[in-house]
Amino acid sequence: MKKKLFTVLKLLLPFIAIAISILVYYQAADNGKQKKTAHPYYLFFLGVLGAVILLEILIGLFNEKIRKRIIHKAPFLTGVIVFLLLLNYVTTKTTLLPTLYFPSLDRIVGLLFESRVFLLKNVGDSLKLLATGFLWGAVIGFLTGLMLGYFKVVGYWLNPITKIIGPIPTTAWIPLALSTFPTTHGANVFLIAFAVWFPVTLMTSSGIQSISNVNFEVSRTLGASTIYQIIHVAIPAAMPSIFLGVFYGTVSSFATLMAVEMNGNSSGIGWYINWQKSVMLYDGVYAGLIIIAVICSLTLTILFKVRDRVLTWQKGVIKW
Amino acid sequence: MVGEISIKDVHKKFPNTDPSKEDIVALNGFSLDIKPGSFVSLIGPSGCGKSTLLRIIGGLDRATKGELYIDDKEIRKPGSDRGFAFQGSNLFPWLTVEKNIAFGLKARHIYKEQKASVQEFIKLVGLEGFEKSFPHQLSGGMQQRASLARALVGHPSVLLLDEPLGALDAFTRMNLQDEIIEIWKKHNMTMVMVTHDVDEAIYMSDQVVVMSARPSKVEAIIDINLPRPRARAQDTFQEYRTKILNVLNLGGKVDEVEYYL
Repeated sequence: MKKKLFTVLKLLLPFIAIAISILVYYQAADNGKQKKTAHPYYLFFLGVLGAVILLEILIGLFNEKIRKRIIHKAPFLTGVIVFLLLLNYVTTKTTLLPTLYFPSLDRIVGLLFESRVFLLKNVGDSLKLLATGFLWGAVIGFLTGLMLGYFKVVGYWLNPITKIIGPIPTTAWIPLALSTFPTTHGANVFLIAFAVWFPVTLMTSSGIQSISNVNFEVSRTLGASTIYQIIHVAIPAAMPSIFLGVFYGTVSSFATLMAVEMNGNSSGIGWYINWQKSVMLYDGVYAGLIIIAVICSLTLTILFKVRDRVLTWQKGVIKW
Repeated sequence: MVGEISIKDVHKKFPNTDPSKEDIVALNGFSLDIKPGSFVSLIGPSGCGKSTLLRIIGGLDRATKGELYIDDKEIRKPGSDRGFAFQGSNLFPWLTVEKNIAFGLKARHIYKEQKASVQEFIKLVGLEGFEKSFPHQLSGGMQQRASLARALVGHPSVLLLDEPLGALDAFTRMNLQDEIIEIWKKHNMTMVMVTHDVDEAIYMSDQVVVMSARPSKVEAIIDINLPRPRARAQDTFQEYRTKILNVLNLGGKVDEVEYYL
């Protein structure tokens, strides 16, 4: 009985926090320095958040899994709402922070909503560039890593070259790439591909080299040819390491994407942030950062989901 | 009947890791004939080259000098006539039991025709219901069973076993010894097993080949003339034991015992 009451209280917390936020929004005196927005966007956001929580609670009445999740998440979500409340209080009700660099939540949320078409177009451009560069880098990186790891002769000739060229930070290539490639787009794809290529090559080749020799001996006694051995022993055995390389590559591709978009590009989220900064519109900068955070964490989530599927056999072998 | 192995004057040298020193001689003129359908154990002190010999028969290593034949064909590389069960199970951790066992058939592109034998061997080693399990979900004994099935699925005429039961506890070990004997009887193949365990060798083999320390040669070939099924607690068992230990110079006075095994 007591436990049930406690759970109900826990689930009420986010709504109490939202109520307090609304109260503060309307009742506390404004500092009068923030530009007013057409609508109270921050409250709209809280409304949407509240509706989602409510919906989950309702589904949770019938679904055990969702119920457990929302009960588990309720205090955290409350924390988020309280944090936003404090942020909004400091930026709109006090003069503690310079208004220029710390726009109100109304303005940031409002911008995300009002410029959504333009922002989406830039998101699309960024994603297209990222995907193209990533695919090139991952495929070429995988193939070079495979050759380096499996064939000793290739390793002998190419390992030193890889080890000298690979660690050069991608951004150091920007000036050269921009001047040698016929198009900026080509240079951008190359730079992102390069950022992905190195970690994927390195981790693929090291993954293959650290496969215990007995795996290859077993497959030889079972009649596997070299090609069969590469496809059915070397690659699957090195897969955990290859995934690690892809993970490092993904992270460094984000960094490179921002670097190339902020240098000589005319579209994309990185360009947008830079442009907004140069015209002193910091609400745009924050909006851009929020979008990037969402894109990057979504990409990583997808990557981890793929890994979970491909590497089911690793569960119980390696902890993650 | 197939599965005859003949080893003639086989030498094997390994380059020393310290190049200024002489090569390591693992086998120095080793000769042995193994009758088709027999169960032969190779036993001897650590580093006596018994595993090396098994690897050469399996085609994983080449002899420096000498000739090896299986059913009058010279052995140069691994072949479908020989199955190899490695020390420890060494299943591929990324494949399920079923796929591990099917690996050899797929690698030799005969999976379509011989699909049924995968199930047959899963049944033979008692792993029904575990087809879709990954190796790490199995006990050590079950892994070893799956590994045996994987070596057997292509119906080789010779099965080479490199200390296959070394990593298992005593009870699982005894069970698996009986199961290997059952498989051997049922499939009429030649078995060549490397082992450290004198009792295991006596219990399972028709013939125990005792090898001397490096550079190794055949010290004694002892025929085990015990009726099958054998009992581990038998007086004659002890006689063979003493005989083998004496050849290995381990049967001597109590205060002189050296533990090689």
